[in-house]
Amino acid sequence: MKSEAPLRLQLVGVSKSFPGVRANDNVSLRVKPGEIHALLGENGAGKSTLVKMIYGILAPDEGQIIFDGSPQRISNPRAARRLGIGMVFQHFSLFEAMTVLENIALGLDSRLPQRELLAQFNRVLEAYHLKLDPRRVVSTLSVGERQRIEIVRALLLNPRLLIMDEPTSVLTPQEVEQLFETLKHLASSGCSILYISHKLHEIVALCDTATILRGGRVVAACDPKRETSRSMAEMMIGANLKEIAKPAGRVFGEPKLAAGSLSLPKPSEFGVALKDVALLVRAGEIFGVAGVAGNGQNELLSAVSGETLALNPGAIVLAGRPVGRLGVNERRNMGLCAVPEERNGHAAVSEFSLTDNASLTGRETMDMVWYGLIDPGKAREYASDVIGAFTVKATGPGALAGSLSGGNLQKFIMGREIMQRPEALVVCQPTWGVDAGAAAAIHQAIVDLAARGSAVLVISQDLDELLTLCDTIAVINLGRMSPPMKVGEVSIEEIGLLMGGVHGDPAATAEMTEALHAHPI
Amino acid sequence: MRIRFEKRLAPSRFMQVATPIASVLLTMLLGAAIFELIGFDGPHAIYETFITPIVAPYKWQDVLTKAAPLIIIALGLSLGNQAKIWNIGAEGQYIIGALAGAGVAFALPNAEGFWAIPLMIGAGILGGMAWAAIPAFLKTRYSVSEVLSTLMLVYVALQVLNYLIGGPWKDPNGHNFPQTPPFTPAESLPNVLPGTVIPPGFVVAIVLTLVFWLLTTRSVYGFSVRTVGAAPNAARYGGFDASRTVWSTLMISGGMAGLAGILEAMSQLGQINLGFPSGYGFTAIIVSFLGRLHPIGVFLAGLILAVTYVGGQVAQTVVHVPNATAGIFQATMLFFILASDILVRYRVRVIRDAPRAKAAAAGASA
Repeated sequence: MKSEAPLRLQLVGVSKSFPGVRANDNVSLRVKPGEIHALLGENGAGKSTLVKMIYGILAPDEGQIIFDGSPQRISNPRAARRLGIGMVFQHFSLFEAMTVLENIALGLDSRLPQRELLAQFNRVLEAYHLKLDPRRVVSTLSVGERQRIEIVRALLLNPRLLIMDEPTSVLTPQEVEQLFETLKHLASSGCSILYISHKLHEIVALCDTATILRGGRVVAACDPKRETSRSMAEMMIGANLKEIAKPAGRVFGEPKLAAGSLSLPKPSEFGVALKDVALLVRAGEIFGVAGVAGNGQNELLSAVSGETLALNPGAIVLAGRPVGRLGVNERRNMGLCAVPEERNGHAAVSEFSLTDNASLTGRETMDMVWYGLIDPGKAREYASDVIGAFTVKATGPGALAGSLSGGNLQKFIMGREIMQRPEALVVCQPTWGVDAGAAAAIHQAIVDLAARGSAVLVISQDLDELLTLCDTIAVINLGRMSPPMKVGEVSIEEIGLLMGGVHGDPAATAEMTEALHAHPI
Repeated sequence: MRIRFEKRLAPSRFMQVATPIASVLLTMLLGAAIFELIGFDGPHAIYETFITPIVAPYKWQDVLTKAAPLIIIALGLSLGNQAKIWNIGAEGQYIIGALAGAGVAFALPNAEGFWAIPLMIGAGILGGMAWAAIPAFLKTRYSVSEVLSTLMLVYVALQVLNYLIGGPWKDPNGHNFPQTPPFTPAESLPNVLPGTVIPPGFVVAIVLTLVFWLLTTRSVYGFSVRTVGAAPNAARYGGFDASRTVWSTLMISGGMAGLAGILEAMSQLGQINLGFPSGYGFTAIIVSFLGRLHPIGVFLAGLILAVTYVGGQVAQTVVHVPNATAGIFQATMLFFILASDILVRYRVRVIRDAPRAKAAAAGASA
């Protein structure tokens, strides 16, 4: 029986504090050999801190890490790898201009002749039914393929425990399925997997056991097969989950926000060019743009908000008026509000107070300016209104934006835009890195705004979010937009195929690879 | 026992005020120690440098005279510094401003009308702006660092000054000294306001301090400058144009330096000679940081630095410390103020016998 064998990993009373936070408080968990163990929790629950201690990046203040039956002090990642602990990070560390094999060689602790490395590489691919061309240049690979490099890199060390940190956040549904196959295969060969996620249906589908963290403590250990997504979500946030109230039988009004033949060159070396993008959002409609990260989402948001000017006025039309050549302020005064993806330093200034952040976008629409001077009283009042209406947890309008948690700051930013009563609102990743409670509040606010007759354009990589929120959905890939589809009539598979991957066109990638090999850098 | 710096959630208000004061006090202590070590009467030198100009009534006028250009220039620089646009060439803009104003005076022979003074002042401001326009153009058009271009243009300005006062503008009655003819009374400002010891430049400095206070704390423009400095992307999102900010802050700081230059020439020297470039443009950088880029702070810091100028001269004659004394004190002060900046953002923790695990953690997370 498995229970006879020593546990692969056991944590006993592990605690870790940072200035002002107790990130992990007396955390204990048990992972059996060959088990896929979910580590579940909201952002800030302490998942990342915990796995960083297991992987030797951080050292615990208290408690014990027992690996394969013997207590260990893991002082650095190299020591962790020596024990047989591998980790695949959410953000990859790959050199774009190098080949797959070169990247793998760079990541290894020991030097191996290339021929031997290639043989081992192929052995791993074969054993786990993975597909990856060792000579391809990384910049030509899709995100799913890039993740596979990281996985292969971890597997080459024959790990006994593999830690996966939010691995599916950048994958298409098809890529997720492939990943799950690989992980199940790996587990059946005896490797334990610690799977970090907050996507509950994935955990139900994949994991054998789950440990749920909240506020740095273990609040439950359960069998996901016996739980529902809802029950686990409630354990995770420690409260009842509110359903989004979306009025049935919605009818849409006039076209409010439209883009027509919107084309823009790459903003920079690593940007994406927009190619002939067209979309139309009517009053009361929530229009979703799905896509894998880095396919032109940020460029689309800038073009709509006015941070980047379009090449001709008619490329963006707001309530019948061409605004493509108008700047941010002019568009905002005409009723177009925007929330970019990055909170710190883009949608808000972290070292400014909430009052100052309120006047960042609301100064003209909320009538705070008098002959070039900002009325500090009005700015403070608007910030307080937003804090009150969107239940932002902050010490007051004087609090620095940077002192708020991600979810609270996002609620403040969304509130700041929504309370300007925009005709049209465009948001990118409205709930990125936001806890479930705040995400529900933000979703409800978007639905309410649309119900009042505004047009809302939601750009998101989270397909679940788009499917629950939107009436219409389109997919952006390589800067091109698919035709709009009605949510409810389109299948996840169809959307997934349209999402394709960063460089989905096989002919184009082959060409790029050839070119790079012909002229080595 | 180890010392660790922990990031504060919000910058400390107390430290923002306390560190400039502490910097001045530490400068006095360190200065006393250094002068003592090299064989002077250290405490006495400090007394003469920092205290005598304040307590001796006849030194007040000197302090205010020196403070005026420092404050006027530093107000302009602080605005740019808030946008993280570093104009360190105010000295050049100061020189060109004075030359432009003087040029107007020389171009209008027999300028006796009341309009000579406003015209010269206007030309002084425009001259400083024009000199600052070169780095602004280079930065917005070709991304040339303004730190380099503004500084390099100081030396060009010095050469322009040398050329003009040694050549075309040389005073025919000046015994071949490189200097311009003196300004006529209609082209000069009185040294002090009649019946007082207050120099006219200082009145301008007070008025401008209030104007800049309104501009930085209340106006949309001041807000845009701060936003561009703190988060350029957020500024773009908020509808503020970064290159317009580069232009406007350099124009304002250049114009202020030019204004200081022409006021100095019109009220203190009455002509332009080799001694005109006296380093106010550089010292104003210290004033700007010592005043924490805040107009009121700049005003006070300008007074303190003026004290060191006047006191440096006093100490030279009384304690016989070298000529470089004031410069040493000013540099020490800038060093302390910049170094103590970390206390505003970080809290110092002293940790006793840290366990090894913690040490490793700190090492890994650093």
